[in-house]
Amino acid sequence: MSAPTIEPGAVRTGSAVEPALRVDSLWKIFGNRADKVIGTEDANLTRKQLQEKTGCVMAVKDVSFEVAPGEVFVVMGLSGSGKSTLVRCLTRLIEPTAGSVVMNGEDVTAADEGRLRELRRRHAAMVFQHFGLLPHRSVRDNISFGLEVRGTGRAERRKRAQDMVDLVGLSGYELSYPDQLSGGMQQRVGLARALAGDPDLLLFDEPFSALDPLIRRDMQNEVIRLHHEVGKTMVFITHDLAEALKLGDRILIMRDGEVVQVGTPDEVVGAPADDYVKDFVSDVPKSHVLTLRWVMRPAREGEADGAPALPADTIVREAARSVLAAEGPVRVIEDDRVVGVVDDEDILRVVVAEEH
Amino acid sequence: MSSTLTVAPAPAAKEEQPRIVEAPKRHTGLKLLVVLAVWAVGYFLFHDRDTLARPFVQLNGLDRWFNHIRDVIQAAGQTNWFWHGVVGNFSDFVNSVIGWLQQLFSQPAAGRPVPQVGWLGVLAILGWIAYAMAGLRSAILVLVGTLLFGVLGYWGDSVDMLIVTLLSVLVSMAVGIPVGIAMARRRWVSTVVTPILDAMQTMPSFAYIPFFFVVFGPGATCAIMLTVVYSIPPLVRITEHGLRSVAAGTVEAAGSLGVTRGQLLRKVQLPMARRTIVLGINQCSLAALAMAVIAALINGPGLGPDVLAGLTNLDVGQGAVPGLLIVVVAIMLDRTTTAASERSEQHSRGERRMSRRANRIVLGAGLVVVAAAIYFSHFYIQAAQFPSALDVGSQLADGINQVTNTVVNAIDTLTLAFKNVISYGFLNPLQGLLADTPWWLMAPVLLAISWVLGGLRPLLITLVCEGVIFGVGLWNDTMITLTTTVVATVLVMIVALVLGVWTGRSRRADAVIRPILDGFQTIPPFVYLVPALALFGASRFTAIVAALAYAAPISVKLVADGIRGVSPATVEAARASGITSWQMIRKVQLPMSRSSIALAANQGLLYVLSMVVIGGMVGAGSLGYIVYSGFTQYNLLGKGLAAGIALTALGILLDRSARAVADRSGT
Repeated sequence: MSAPTIEPGAVRTGSAVEPALRVDSLWKIFGNRADKVIGTEDANLTRKQLQEKTGCVMAVKDVSFEVAPGEVFVVMGLSGSGKSTLVRCLTRLIEPTAGSVVMNGEDVTAADEGRLRELRRRHAAMVFQHFGLLPHRSVRDNISFGLEVRGTGRAERRKRAQDMVDLVGLSGYELSYPDQLSGGMQQRVGLARALAGDPDLLLFDEPFSALDPLIRRDMQNEVIRLHHEVGKTMVFITHDLAEALKLGDRILIMRDGEVVQVGTPDEVVGAPADDYVKDFVSDVPKSHVLTLRWVMRPAREGEADGAPALPADTIVREAARSVLAAEGPVRVIEDDRVVGVVDDEDILRVVVAEEH
Repeated sequence: MSSTLTVAPAPAAKEEQPRIVEAPKRHTGLKLLVVLAVWAVGYFLFHDRDTLARPFVQLNGLDRWFNHIRDVIQAAGQTNWFWHGVVGNFSDFVNSVIGWLQQLFSQPAAGRPVPQVGWLGVLAILGWIAYAMAGLRSAILVLVGTLLFGVLGYWGDSVDMLIVTLLSVLVSMAVGIPVGIAMARRRWVSTVVTPILDAMQTMPSFAYIPFFFVVFGPGATCAIMLTVVYSIPPLVRITEHGLRSVAAGTVEAAGSLGVTRGQLLRKVQLPMARRTIVLGINQCSLAALAMAVIAALINGPGLGPDVLAGLTNLDVGQGAVPGLLIVVVAIMLDRTTTAASERSEQHSRGERRMSRRANRIVLGAGLVVVAAAIYFSHFYIQAAQFPSALDVGSQLADGINQVTNTVVNAIDTLTLAFKNVISYGFLNPLQGLLADTPWWLMAPVLLAISWVLGGLRPLLITLVCEGVIFGVGLWNDTMITLTTTVVATVLVMIVALVLGVWTGRSRRADAVIRPILDGFQTIPPFVYLVPALALFGASRFTAIVAALAYAAPISVKLVADGIRGVSPATVEAARASGITSWQMIRKVQLPMSRSSIALAANQGLLYVLSMVVIGGMVGAGSLGYIVYSGFTQYNLLGKGLAAGIALTALGILLDRSARAVADRSGT
């Protein structure tokens, strides 16, 4: 199948809107004199070579991306790919070695300590893989902890915490302690704590990796629901491709600290940037991810005039029934323009290919 | 196109292969054998020559110089701005605080035949404190224990013991907890303080008593200072450890919410480390008690002098009763602080028996009772002086003497046989080898051993320590102490391996043995001498048995933890391949807990050394006895100081070498 020339992702990150988050050539190298590595020949070495030569470990290597307001941006990679370091650099829980992070127009990397604290208190909240709850505080006091440290009064704190408890579905457990809750419930507390401060940006560091598959699915749906309800910008770290495809508006794939590909789920599956990504997505049921744009072919002169029409971003699986039911090819339209046609053959090629 | 035979394509994402460094072969066993052979041959050719043995009362230049320094300091104590103005006034201040507390609680006050607050008042105060800190069960325990003070006839000395111990613990807390916090928060503080703590903990307590004795002179101030110095390291360490081991994820999560450093400490780290810090106070108070007892040697107030009198008179009963009371105090301190620690854990989880309000009301009511008890005990003699009709202490002492005599006579042949086997089979030959070999051969042999076992660093440390020991002129005595230490450590490790493997493998054995070990560990070392003396009389052997009893618990626990720490998956896999229990121990569990065993040997060694030194007073002789004599004989103080220095060198030598071996086996 051929890669189309248009880039659906580009529409959403157009320069018309100020991005919620802009990361510009961000580097993180652990080790002594790490800042001396950047800009020299050594920066081009592989991780292993760099470690042998200088003792430094390259965690994040020249990463740049933008996240639009309201977007769910997923960073995906295997363990050790640098994704967790990357997300910590965004609020400088880990100090980046070089590069800049701009959040809602404010340069995070240039902020002084007080300003940075303010930023963490009000603008960006994080949900952690191992929850990071305070065992000596009740659910309610955990959720309101962020408000407490920024000096909100007790009555308001309680009220806000109660709202968050209701929002994440923990009503009745306000006075329980973390170790009395299941893993999924603990992560709901983590989620509520992050939401309590009403941040503009939510950062998730593999939040559901420690949970059972069924609970994980529930929590993913919970995030989708919350995203619909509160509409926050989210940066979501995961090593699970299915999770990335399910949640992400766009996906950034990392390997050994470097960006391998950034794109929408169908771009990643339809046009993998290299063998690494291709290997990764080989098990994905393509008909669940690809849209008609990826399977259509140009219409021949006069072909399918008056045939049924489907939008170009319809998922193949959802289009299959109508296409197979139609007599001949089906028109694919975008912006009221016919951009191509698909017939039974095109659909079956994608669906049947998964059987192999 | 497809073929029937396909070769799997190389995966696109190849896992990065780690870099592997190969360790060089060491041939430790062979090298050790060569060293031992050279040593043995040297011994046969040259033994009893150049052993540097020196008669007990003979002083060398250094000893006399130390004596001179002592005299100078004593003279300066009258006039000099530092010795009189600073040290003298400080001493007077602490002495007057202790004196005031004693007149308040334990000794007759001015113008009264009894203290201001009599036994009933003290009982009520202690009960109330225990209740407030740790709950009803601890309060009852403390009340019973305190009543025993009077019943066994040592009311005043027991309360003195508590005063010295608790005052030292308070000082340790006031200094130690802030230092521990600073160490956890600032890396440079930790870098500076940790080696100091190491040094303080490696030194046998006996080694620095002479220095405090010279600076502060005998008495309460010296006792308090010694006790604080001895009990502060565990508290500082555990406080730092508690704060540092607060889950990194939690600290990071708090950071992501924008806490300040102060908020992090107050709202996250301290609450989460509270239980650990209270455990630190537990360790601190047991250490304080142990030292407060030993402070008897420099006339510290308390029960120590009573035990010491029993030991020096070789009267087991006379030593056993106050010894028993020391154990009672230890149990009171241990149980109360442990319960307080458990309670702080429960509180932090919101599991309270009573509401905060109800608790306050009960405590308030208790205060009224305490006030009434104080009032009665101040004005009525019955409540002030413990009724002597209840005193059964002397009967108990007689009883213990009788029983001991009977038992000792009955098992005489057994203990004698044990003593002889160890003495002739092990102790005497080794002492011959170590102490009768010429020093110029012995020194290189020790260097070679530390090099073979540990490498270059231990070699250098050994060289420096040997230099110090040689320099203070106590080579022969140090070698004798080393012999006793080595023999006791070997015995400790035999016990530790047998009991440790057993408790590590069997839950049931663990349930029985562990509480016993815990009990043994709360007893101050000094007290062990009493039963050891009963069994073996005044001899080298008494110290070895006491050391065995004192050091075995910690080593057994470490070995057991190591055995238990072996991954269950590995054990299961080994069992699945059909090995016997003995093979499991030999081929899986022991090799995999090697680093724990090395640590057990290291800890055992240090515990043994400190006990062997204390045992110097009851027949073990050598360094310990020289230190002890420094306090009792005016002229020998200088030599006692020198022995303290030699002890320190020996402690560092043994600790560093053992640690290097442990580090090697850990990799």
